[in-house]
Amino acid sequence: MTLNRGRVRWQCRRALLELDLVFTRFLERHFDRLTDDQLADLDDLLLVEDHDLWAMINGSKPVTNDRWKEMVELLRSK
Amino acid sequence: MKVAKRTFDAVIVGAGGAGLRAALQLSEAGMKTAVLTKVFPTRSHTVAAQGGVAASLGNSTEDNWHWHMYDTVKGSDWLGDQDAIEFMVKKANEVVVELEHYGMPFDRTDNGKIYQRPFGGHSQNYGQTPVSRSCAAADRTGHAMLHALYQRNVRANTQFFVEWMAMDLIRNADGDVLGVTAMEMETGEVSIFHAKATIFATGGAGRIYYSSTNAFINTGDGVGMAARAGIPLEDMEFWQFHPTGVAGAGVLITEGVRGEGGILRNASGERFMERYAPNLKDLASRDVVSRSMVTEINEGRGCGSDKDHVLLDITHLSPETINKRLPGIREISIQFAGVDPIKAPIPVVPTCHYQMGGIPTNYKGQVVVPKDGNPNVPIAGFYAAGECACASVHGANRLGTNSLLDLLVFGKAAGETVVNDFKSGQLSLKPLPENAADVSLARIARLESQTGGEDVHEVRLAMQRTMQKHAGVFRFADSLKEGVTAILEVAERAKTTQIKDKSKVWNTARTEALELDNLIEVAKATMISAEARKESRGAHVRDDAIDCAETPNGRDDKNWLKHTLWYSEGNRLDYKPVNLQPLSPEVEPIALAKRTY
Repeated sequence: MTLNRGRVRWQCRRALLELDLVFTRFLERHFDRLTDDQLADLDDLLLVEDHDLWAMINGSKPVTNDRWKEMVELLRSK
Repeated sequence: MKVAKRTFDAVIVGAGGAGLRAALQLSEAGMKTAVLTKVFPTRSHTVAAQGGVAASLGNSTEDNWHWHMYDTVKGSDWLGDQDAIEFMVKKANEVVVELEHYGMPFDRTDNGKIYQRPFGGHSQNYGQTPVSRSCAAADRTGHAMLHALYQRNVRANTQFFVEWMAMDLIRNADGDVLGVTAMEMETGEVSIFHAKATIFATGGAGRIYYSSTNAFINTGDGVGMAARAGIPLEDMEFWQFHPTGVAGAGVLITEGVRGEGGILRNASGERFMERYAPNLKDLASRDVVSRSMVTEINEGRGCGSDKDHVLLDITHLSPETINKRLPGIREISIQFAGVDPIKAPIPVVPTCHYQMGGIPTNYKGQVVVPKDGNPNVPIAGFYAAGECACASVHGANRLGTNSLLDLLVFGKAAGETVVNDFKSGQLSLKPLPENAADVSLARIARLESQTGGEDVHEVRLAMQRTMQKHAGVFRFADSLKEGVTAILEVAERAKTTQIKDKSKVWNTARTEALELDNLIEVAKATMISAEARKESRGAHVRDDAIDCAETPNGRDDKNWLKHTLWYSEGNRLDYKPVNLQPLSPEVEPIALAKRTY
């Protein structure tokens, strides 16, 4: 099943400003080029609670699922 | 055009702390309740609240609600309504203990009680000594609170409409509120939510400012909807600023950084706080530090190519101290300022944090408006709670940890009022007007057909820069006047926003255009109310307000001890008295005094 890109884009709206800023950069630079598989990985990552997601992106907590690693790298890249 | 209609006993807009607390009251009473929310409930901005929730439990130090009431009235610079404040502080213990029973993982003392820590502005014995009044769950109090409330709502069968954006309030010819229109983001279809009671719990609108600690979702949807529906907004000139947000990003740098020895410097590297607060220096109160920073910037001593920020320097601290005592700060600085604070100072600027004003309510959560000479007449069927509402407990300035208390107490109070009115038969499903969805459909149709219009992002940015420049932490008469002209021009541009993507399904560009319609109402209310209030009080500080015996700190009780009411139509201003009388006859009012700490 192909995910709706608009839906995934909206899921990038988060509860923390830190994440909104990281996702803004990500949406501008990477989002449109994601393959369907990458989009599915992102969709899965977006289910993570905001504080844990921010901790993974800022490196204070390890990325606990191999499936998320590539997306977390893209979110981190400046 | 045929519009789908759904019918409920009650509809709640917003699923943060206030919305969830209100929903719980309704669902547990057996009312058929719909909660509309733009994002999944546990992704509401309440998650970001770290500090804790205030309650005079007295677990760590002696405490009682009289002291909490005094602190809150004084913190509000006497603009808070003393009946609502008494109600809130008296209910604090009850709502916190309730939350404990819902499974909220509060920090504990050794003997198993809720642990309490001190927080700025909270005191024992009417301002004498600091008190431990804040109940917290580590640094994730808001997150834990939201999860506890959400689970409880699931148990109570609250019906959530997730990823629905409320668009407009529905009122009949008598002005009664009959529900809302809302757009389902997945389909782009507009529906009517017809209800006996409507509760707004949509949070604040901190995104009207360029530098804001608020998440992107905080677009003041309920506040904007109320304003467009003819309901006045109360005390919108009062916004709390935090001195140290990362310049250009807004992300909060905690006060703890200055507590650990961080120093604020201007373009020449001077520790300028020594001039403004020779004793406390960088640890002076938030408002003093913020105004000093803005003075440095306004007088040309700001840093960077635009001279628009100052620097927070911790390079003299050892890397070990920074890593150990200030762990998150280094990451925030690297991510959002592009500097490693071990090697270079962090660019910072005073940043918008909290909206004290909002939709006017009484302490029962009923939305109240002036009518026939009475300033506080409830609107049938309409209630509000949390940051979108103005009860008014925060007045001109909010105390830390009183915001989570506000949303618990008034979320519950609004819920209880609705349940009582429902059970006593006072609420009824009033007939919808023929044209109930026309306003919303016209807004959608305009976006569909607009040509040669304005870009949403550009208009939003123009609004944010205008607010930051003219209605920031330190305000000037001439600049406010210019700001009124400027924001009205931006508001004209906002009427012709255009989106390229016209698709119906998951069209986030359209959602953002609709959000801007709400933000711009809040921006106008703020600028016009601020320009008109010719005094300094709490967070509203004017350069031209004179500090003398008659007007201490520039506060002019003779002329300005009153609430502002701004009406969107014609940008009309009205005022209503502050309620200086507590709820209970036996409680003494907190007498007016100069606010000093």
